[in-house]
Amino acid sequence: MTIAAPQAGGNSIPTSTPLPRERYAAFERPILGALALTIFLLFWEGVARGWWADLLHPILGSNADALRVRPIFLASPSTIATSAYSMLFETGELWPHLGLSAFEFVSALAIAVTLGVPFGLIVGRYQYLSYAVEPLLAALNATPQIALLPLVVLWMGTGVAARVFIIALLMIVPIVISAHAAVRTIDARLLRLARSFSASEAQVFKTIILPASFPYLLAGLRLAIGRGMIGIVVGEVYGSAVGIGVMINRAGSTFKTDRVFVGVFTIVIAGLLLSELVRRLERRVGVWRESAVDVQ
Amino acid sequence: MKVKLEARQISLEYGRPASNSRIVALSGIDLTIFENEFVSIVGPSGCGKTTFLSVVDGLMPATSGQVLVDGVIVSRPGPDRAVVFQDSSLLPWRTVIGNVIYGLECAGATAAMARERSQHFIELVGLSGFEDRYPYELSGGMQQRVNLARALVMDPQILLMDEPFAALDAQTRELMQEELLRIWSEAGKTVLFITHQIDEAVILSDRVIVFSARPGRVKATIDVPFERPRSLRLKRSPRFHEIEDRIWHLIQDDAPRSHLLAGNP
Repeated sequence: MTIAAPQAGGNSIPTSTPLPRERYAAFERPILGALALTIFLLFWEGVARGWWADLLHPILGSNADALRVRPIFLASPSTIATSAYSMLFETGELWPHLGLSAFEFVSALAIAVTLGVPFGLIVGRYQYLSYAVEPLLAALNATPQIALLPLVVLWMGTGVAARVFIIALLMIVPIVISAHAAVRTIDARLLRLARSFSASEAQVFKTIILPASFPYLLAGLRLAIGRGMIGIVVGEVYGSAVGIGVMINRAGSTFKTDRVFVGVFTIVIAGLLLSELVRRLERRVGVWRESAVDVQ
Repeated sequence: MKVKLEARQISLEYGRPASNSRIVALSGIDLTIFENEFVSIVGPSGCGKTTFLSVVDGLMPATSGQVLVDGVIVSRPGPDRAVVFQDSSLLPWRTVIGNVIYGLECAGATAAMARERSQHFIELVGLSGFEDRYPYELSGGMQQRVNLARALVMDPQILLMDEPFAALDAQTRELMQEELLRIWSEAGKTVLFITHQIDEAVILSDRVIVFSARPGRVKATIDVPFERPRSLRLKRSPRFHEIEDRIWHLIQDDAPRSHLLAGNP
């Protein structure tokens, strides 16, 4: 669907209303985004309901049935929406799952940030520590932490603590790495300035290292959020009775694909909301950062 | 006249493991600066002017020799000295007043007192009304004014200025020179000023020290006899050109060598 764009010819006559083309240009991003999403959902709905199979039957004959997918394999967007509505507002069964998973996520995030940020900053500050810890960090980064899950279960059982642990483990890696990298890239001239003013080590951390690292820490946080979402689903595979991950697993094994998607979309929406939150924080610190290039 | 700052036989060498060599950056520098005197150091690029300033501030330890302030050996930065850095080195996340306050904050001053003092020096450098701007909103000249105010607010006895106007365009630079002369006459500080601009050194200073190319050594000391207060019109006088010429020739003798060695200014 395109909007006919009238050609703006030569010298424009001053008018108070923008041209339709200008109006479109201002909203091009949301319009195209929404359009693609709508087409995708329509296509999906069609697959689940056999629209495309019916449509192509005259041409392809019985081959067209390949385009017909049974609901136990793929629920349609409308069914998913109906289930989501019912689970949220009629039976309300989604809330306990959401509550526990949110609790696990937030606890793990708090642990990962309170341990990871100071650790990364301190290691980054002192060259000898940095040299000593860098190989370990590289190895930890290369490790798929999810693979340690059986070990974690062995050590900590299958309770909430074990799941918080594995989620925190997933999250702390990008947090430590970004904090470490942030300190290593701080402008040496600013550190020299602090030294020239006889700043104490604590003052150096407070006035130079922390504010200079903040944008990097947010970038690390963004990565951590994505990994934490994976942790929620995978971490709840063992033993848990409640949680979004449990709900997804259970729905999958009973062929309730609509409920699988309700779980998946819950995580998608939570992830998007958290990313948006980080983006807003980034924009706030960007007050000075966006034009930092001009200073040089 | 009272001796304020003294450098005794300052030498500085450092090793270069990559090329398996040692570099002598400074070699036996002797320098005496009197109270309220304005002294400039000029020299070919790479002669160790900035390195010498870092040694005087205590940011860099000398291999041998001593720096004395009021006859007392100093080996680390202290409140008696403040640096105006070549690049403004402003904290990009702080406003003008936040940057000016920085040194006082490090020294543990109370917030109210620090703000009041900073306000005074922001006015002195002509930045009233810009207190809440961020560095990226300021021109290069304004950034250097903040840099200067940040040093002055500490009320140091000695101001160490490291080519503070080098990055500015010619007009802004002259304006800043005039401002600096005014501020210096009001504030009464001992100044050690590094520059590679000969006319800048002459117009500002009581004495100009010429450094030789690496290793940095004191090659000559030129007295500048002009009365104060000085105006920039002085730069057009024959006497000024004469002094400028003398310094130029002193530096020029070293220039070809320094070009070969100028890899690391």
